[in-house]
Amino acid sequence: MTATSVGVPVGNTADRPIRPYKQGFNWGQAGNLAAIVLIAFWCLAPFYWMLVLALRDSDYTFDNTPWPTHVTLDNFRYAFDTSINSFGRSLINSLIIGTAVTVLSMLIGVFAGYALSRLVFRGKSIVLAAILGASMFPGVAILTPIFQLFSDWGWLGTYQGLILPQISFSIPLAVYTLTSFFADMPWELEEAARVDGCTPIQAFRKVILPLAAPAMFTTAILVFLASWNEFLLSSVLSNGVKSVEPSTVAIANFTAGPHIVPYTQTMAAGVIVTIPLVIVVLVFQRRIVSGLTAGGVKG
Amino acid sequence: MSITSEPIAENAADTSGKRRRRKRDKTIHTGESRLAFLLLAPTLIMLTVIVGYPIIKAIYQSFLTDPGLDSSGFFNEGNSWNGLANYKHWLLQQCPGAGGVTESCPTGNLGAQFWSSVGITIGFTVVTVLLETIIGMCFALMMHRAFKGRALVRVAILIPWAIPTAVIAKLWIVIFDPQGVLNNVLGTDFAWTSESGPARAAIVIADVWKTTPFIALLILAGLQGISNEIYESAKVDGANAWQRFWRITLPLVKPALAVAVIFRSLDVLRMYDLPWILTQGANGTTTMSILVVRQLNSGLNSASALSTITFIIIFAIALGLVRLFNANIVERGTR
Repeated sequence: MTATSVGVPVGNTADRPIRPYKQGFNWGQAGNLAAIVLIAFWCLAPFYWMLVLALRDSDYTFDNTPWPTHVTLDNFRYAFDTSINSFGRSLINSLIIGTAVTVLSMLIGVFAGYALSRLVFRGKSIVLAAILGASMFPGVAILTPIFQLFSDWGWLGTYQGLILPQISFSIPLAVYTLTSFFADMPWELEEAARVDGCTPIQAFRKVILPLAAPAMFTTAILVFLASWNEFLLSSVLSNGVKSVEPSTVAIANFTAGPHIVPYTQTMAAGVIVTIPLVIVVLVFQRRIVSGLTAGGVKG
Repeated sequence: MSITSEPIAENAADTSGKRRRRKRDKTIHTGESRLAFLLLAPTLIMLTVIVGYPIIKAIYQSFLTDPGLDSSGFFNEGNSWNGLANYKHWLLQQCPGAGGVTESCPTGNLGAQFWSSVGITIGFTVVTVLLETIIGMCFALMMHRAFKGRALVRVAILIPWAIPTAVIAKLWIVIFDPQGVLNNVLGTDFAWTSESGPARAAIVIADVWKTTPFIALLILAGLQGISNEIYESAKVDGANAWQRFWRITLPLVKPALAVAVIFRSLDVLRMYDLPWILTQGANGTTTMSILVVRQLNSGLNSASALSTITFIIIFAIALGLVRLFNANIVERGTR
């Protein structure tokens, strides 16, 4: 993990220091260090506070000591107590919904990504604009008619009723990210396969698909995270059915019993939802950054 | 979306590379068109069914009446032609009054909240995007300068982005509690989420915290694409640090910045989860999306009109932003 490239393949030159080297105490270096500490504090302090509260006895919620005190695992036990709330179930629901959304949008999106990045055809820019436009629709614009359709069909509070609407943002995300990834791949190999007599479909399956695996994996992570974090569609379309609602909705409606403001218990649930994401981010940070910036920089 | 297509079209032409050679080779070209159509079909069909159809259905329904008691006291089954009444309800705050006359909606009626929700949403958008861009720019410049610890910061910076907004909203509720840590640190005793000023500030703070690192990341990627030689030669020509920032850095990261600002603006314009969980839209924090969701239980056809209006407002702002940034880019190119 060197600090030289953040997903931008061009311009190693930018990694050279701008300031000339100085002898003695380096104020520039000290300033840089202070900046790094400031940014790290910004990003980590609230998350750290969530951890501290999750581990704190709920009687001491407003102790406000900046380090862990009154440490207990009771909050985590509360979070998984099925007699009080359905948080444990909601984690499984999030996993089911996220996996289904990811698999579906990758299966559909990978072909579109290939076509848009590689093939020459009329109306390409219109198709790209339409897909990008679809991702920009406010969720509420499709929510009203979908809510009505699904209540007619009895699909409110069902898995399919939660999975399908998420396609509206996950397919554009998948296609957009894949298109910009595919545009950067070594396509000479495909040309070579074509020269050697492969049809475009064979070239795609035998040469490109193995090469494209990392790009597809990264895109899948981004799509899964987007689905895992979705709230608007899920909160309305789950319609209060606890057995299918995802974890974001469960946490928003978290209770720990009557007359208890379940702060520390909610934080414990929040930590449980967040920890897998933090692990994914730690392991795949380089890929995620390149996935996020691929669309952004090339526009 | 014809405006957005311009930069993408250029980009697509660049990336597809050997376009001129391909054009000569007619047989491959027509084969590719057919293949492209086949490959794109599943995506386009899915988006038509899940996005296109609902939106058209919503537009149609927005001209129909909702079931309920009509002005003369009879139960109306709804779904009869209603003209622009639903739109008038939201845009002009007209409610059906007694005896078949329309009157202005009483306060507390959802219709009466429409313009305030538009104002609140746009206010949130301007304030958060502005703060996020400025602070994000500072962060990106700091990270660009620093070498030691950059890998560490790059991990840290992804964490606010990765945490679900619902969890973040709950976390900030605890932090913003009157007895919570923020009042403790600041030495204040705001009831953050129960007064309109602090409640709005709380939403802005929570959103800026979550998204600034993400914007910094996008800008940093833009910064790293700038060749150092430009800075060196500018320095030789006697440009000071301030001039180098305004004349070199800013123009060159502008494309990355423009994308970040446009996408973020669209995100904030449709913001729902953060204000909903933090304040349930109380105390002057009802965004347009919250208003639509609340209307779902009191008339779907009227909700359709509201969501169509919301969609048109967001679309118009998006178009305006794209125009704005495009115009500036063109202007810079001709100078």
